[in-house]
Parts: sequence; C-alpha cells; structure tokens
Amino acid sequence: MSDLHDMGVAELSAALQARRLSSVEVTQALLERVTRHQAHLNAFISISAEAALAEAARADVQLHAGAAGPLTGVPIAHKDIFCTRDQKTTCGSRMLANFISPYDATVVERLRAAGVVTLGKTNMDEFAMGSSNENSFFGPVRNPWDAARVPGGSSGGSAAAVAARLTPAATATDTGGSIRQPAALCGVTGLKPTYGRVSRFGMIAFASSLDQAGLITRSAEDAALLLAAMAGFDQRDSTSVELPVPDYSGALATPLKGLKIGVLKEFFDTGLDEQIEQHIRAALDLLRSQGAHIRDVSLPNLPLSVPTYYVVAPAECSSNLARFDGVRYGHRCENPRDLLDLYERSRGEGFGAEVKRRIMTGTYVLSAGYYDAFYLKAQRVRQLISNDFERAFREVDVLVGPTTPTTAFELGAKTADPVTMYLNDIYTIGANLAGLPAMSLPCGLSQGLPTAMQIIGPHFAEERLLNVAHRYQLETDWHRRVPPGYA
Amino acid sequence: MSLNRRDIEHIARLARLALSEQEIPAYVAGLSRIMGLVGELDRADTSQVAPMAHPLPGQSQRLRADTVTESDQHQLFQRNAPQVEAGLYLVPRVIE
Repeated sequence: MSDLHDMGVAELSAALQARRLSSVEVTQALLERVTRHQAHLNAFISISAEAALAEAARADVQLHAGAAGPLTGVPIAHKDIFCTRDQKTTCGSRMLANFISPYDATVVERLRAAGVVTLGKTNMDEFAMGSSNENSFFGPVRNPWDAARVPGGSSGGSAAAVAARLTPAATATDTGGSIRQPAALCGVTGLKPTYGRVSRFGMIAFASSLDQAGLITRSAEDAALLLAAMAGFDQRDSTSVELPVPDYSGALATPLKGLKIGVLKEFFDTGLDEQIEQHIRAALDLLRSQGAHIRDVSLPNLPLSVPTYYVVAPAECSSNLARFDGVRYGHRCENPRDLLDLYERSRGEGFGAEVKRRIMTGTYVLSAGYYDAFYLKAQRVRQLISNDFERAFREVDVLVGPTTPTTAFELGAKTADPVTMYLNDIYTIGANLAGLPAMSLPCGLSQGLPTAMQIIGPHFAEERLLNVAHRYQLETDWHRRVPPGYA
Repeated sequence: MSLNRRDIEHIARLARLALSEQEIPAYVAGLSRIMGLVGELDRADTSQVAPMAHPLPGQSQRLRADTVTESDQHQLFQRNAPQVEAGLYLVPRVIE
C-alpha cells in the first residue's frame, strides 16, 4: 500500500471498503498535512477539521455496517465558490468574507449524500476571475512545483492541494479554463463537463452561460467516480439537462482501436512552447500505437475565442454581480451618505481590481449604443466557433491539443497588463463558448514543471474523454509524479 | 480602441462602483487594452449568422410550474444582512 496521502480516490475507496484504513485515520492524516502546508502554499481559505472528523466518524459507522457506497469516507475539498451550510463561502472575495450560505450547493449536497468528507474550502481567484490565483482577497496560492510560480486559476487552490497531496481530489469550476489551466500548471487531472451536465445551483455565478462545475483529481479513474456522484438533472438549475448519467467507471477501459482523434491545427500555429508541443506529439504517438487514427483538423474561427469571451463573460459578470448591493448580504461600507453612496462604496470596497475591471467591461459592452456592436457581435462569433466544433465532430471523436501555451509562470509576471493574463486561456476558452466537455492531463515535465495536453469532446462525451484519458494514464506515469518535497 | 477618464467615470457610475482617483488611470489603460482585443471580432464575417442564444443546440429555457415551492425563511436569510431591524433590511433614508 502506498503512503496514505499519495492514494487517489479509487485506491482510498478500496482500502476503506476492505477496512484496511478507517476514514477517521485518513481524514486526520490529511488534515494534519493540509494544516502543515497552509502557511507556504495558501491552498485553502478555510479548514474544517472538526466537521470533517465528525463526518469521517459517521462514514466509519456506515463502512462498518456494510452500508457504504464507493465514496463513503473519502476526503475531498471544495472550491470556495460552492455554497456550504454552516461554513463560510467567500468566493475569494472581501465582499463575501463573512458569508455563511443558508443552503448547500447541489454539488456539495450530492457528494455529502455519497458519503464524502469535506476537509475544507480551497482558495481561488476572486469570483473565479483570473488565471493565476493572484486575485484572491486571501492572498495568492503557490505552485507546489515551484513556490515562486503561480498554480494557475481560478481553481488554483484546488489544483495546488491535489498536486501537493493534501487531498485526493477537489471540486472546481471552469468558465474559461479555470479547471483545466490550473490542472495543467500543477500536473494534475482536470475535468470540465458539458454545460448542463452538473448543476450550477449554489455555485456562485460568474458567467452563467459558460460556468460549469467539475473536478481536479490525480487520475481519470478518480474523476469518473466523483463525476458519477455529482452529475445529473437538478430542478433548481434551469439549464440543467435531463439526461441519464452513464457508468463513467465502466467505460474507462474500452480499447482505443478505431478512435478518431483530430489535432487542432490552430493550437499549434503560434506561441506554443516547443517542449509542450513535443510532449503532446509524443502522447499522440502513444495513442496511435493503441489503435487511434490521428488527423489534423482546422477550426478557422477558434483564434477569435479570447476576444469573444472577453465580451460575453464580462457582460454576464456585470449582470450577475449586480446582486451585491451591501443591503441583503456581503460587505457594507461605513456611514453611507445615501443609498447610492451605500451601493457604490460597498461595491467599490468589496470587489478587487480584476472583478471591477470585468464588471466595467461588461457594463460598457452592454450599454446603450454599444450592445449591437459588441455583445451581439460576440454572440454571433460564438455561434461561428460553435459551428466549427460541430463540423469537426462530424469527422473525429475527440480533439487534442495543448491546455496552456506555457508552463507555470512566476508570480507577478503577468499582472501589469490584463490582456497578457487573458491570453493564458487561449486554448481553453473555446470549449466553454461551445459548451463542450474537456479534460487536461499531465503529459510531461519541462525544466521541472508539468506540461499538459487537452482533450475536447462533443456534448455529453465525458465517458469517451475519461476513457481516452484513462488509457493514456495506464501507459504513462506523469499523473503520478509528485512535486519535490511533497512525496 | 481607446477610452478616456470620462468614459471610465461614466461606466463606473452605471456599474455602481466607487473608484478612487488613484484607481482610474489603471482602468483607462486596462479597458482600452481589452476593447482593443475585442476589436479583433471585426475580422469575422457574421452577416449570415444569428447570435448564439444557448450553449447547447436545440435547448430552450425550461419553465417550472407556477406554484409556490419556497417557504418563508427570512430570519435565516437575514443572518447575513449587514443591518436588520424588526425583520426589515435597514438602508439610509431615501425620502427626506
């Protein structure tokens, strides 16, 4: 048996079911590790030791009674964007620094019902807006592979915590790459499901037509187990899709013979790090040796993803964040002169610089006289990008390319210019615009930092993505590499 | 595309955001850069395409039955309110 903290969800599940380990034992060991690494990694916003141990004790009773499911007693962490009862949900913001939700998010509720233990809430860019985790009110997260570098964002805490073996898995959300990009920079597995696959209820909204809940794990096998518990129709999310949840774990081992893989030409054209390209080419060779057919595919409108996103996402953000008024919940300024002053100063003080930048961008593109030129134009281009994907999936089963243009960059390196930061998500945004499922998998190390490939599938093809990822992970060990000092 | 200080002050007012004097230059520069990026959309010919309305093709907005499903939980919800009195949210006087 490997070290307890190095065990993934599937391995822990097996050990718990066989009673080789107790949930209290696992939870205690991980809580100790989370606490020990908190000061330098800052991966968590809150740690819920007492509640976690109580949940673990209950899980042990169930395990003992033989009444346990596959996730009973397995500890995980939640991104602090998911509402949790009786525990703060800050969304990385001063605005919600003391907010305690009256209800659990559907994702939290379902995982609780499946018996998982919650270690705590992970750090993130404020309101999930960022690609480096430098926008958190609670301070940046450090990349476990190199503390001078960012873990990516916005789910930087979830990715760093999984990479540093503080938790076997963490929930995360992805609006423009916020699961896949940090997973790539931290050398872990990231899954963003199809839009509508997992309920958004209780997940604090950023851009509602793009937001989707997913996972950061050590492996595709672990992601399959957790997704099965999270996914499915929810009456309380009006865009939740009424489709049965397939047996993700059962489909993992399907042979790849005959699989048609499209290589996204546009992703290799410009700006991609040479080492990352080499690693992805090597991964494609491996998939080819397993019987996959590989061909180039062109999506001509894909290079317009970033400008499209920076109209659509800020527009939706400005509407969603209008709810923070300093009246019903959240930060309120001192001694307001009048109601307008209360709104303006509460919001001005409660939101950080990047959130304000996006609210203003959104307000501008939606304002009278600009709506057609910017917002409607962007939604038209979004349709063109979506059509490109649809055409591609008539020819191939999945698309493969890089997740990020570079490996993890240094803290502070990209904070001066917003557009430089935004271009980190150049390869991930397309899947959000078209509502497609996508994964990021570690596929190498370059100068001691993880490199990653991305797999994108047609709507509701999570089974296929997890299958391809699992077959790749059976043949490679990049997903098992541990950052130095965290073994 | 370039925005100036007056544009930023106007947008901030529309968005109900108080900005300090020191913050404004960074937003002038930042939003100008972002709108420059957005200008790339002009390269796309969109004359034959309708604006996308839903990320999943063929999906339309599901409606729920027009029945009451929520119970009164105002005490629970008001636990998060900055200022409450007698079950009411307190705000500065609006009418003098």
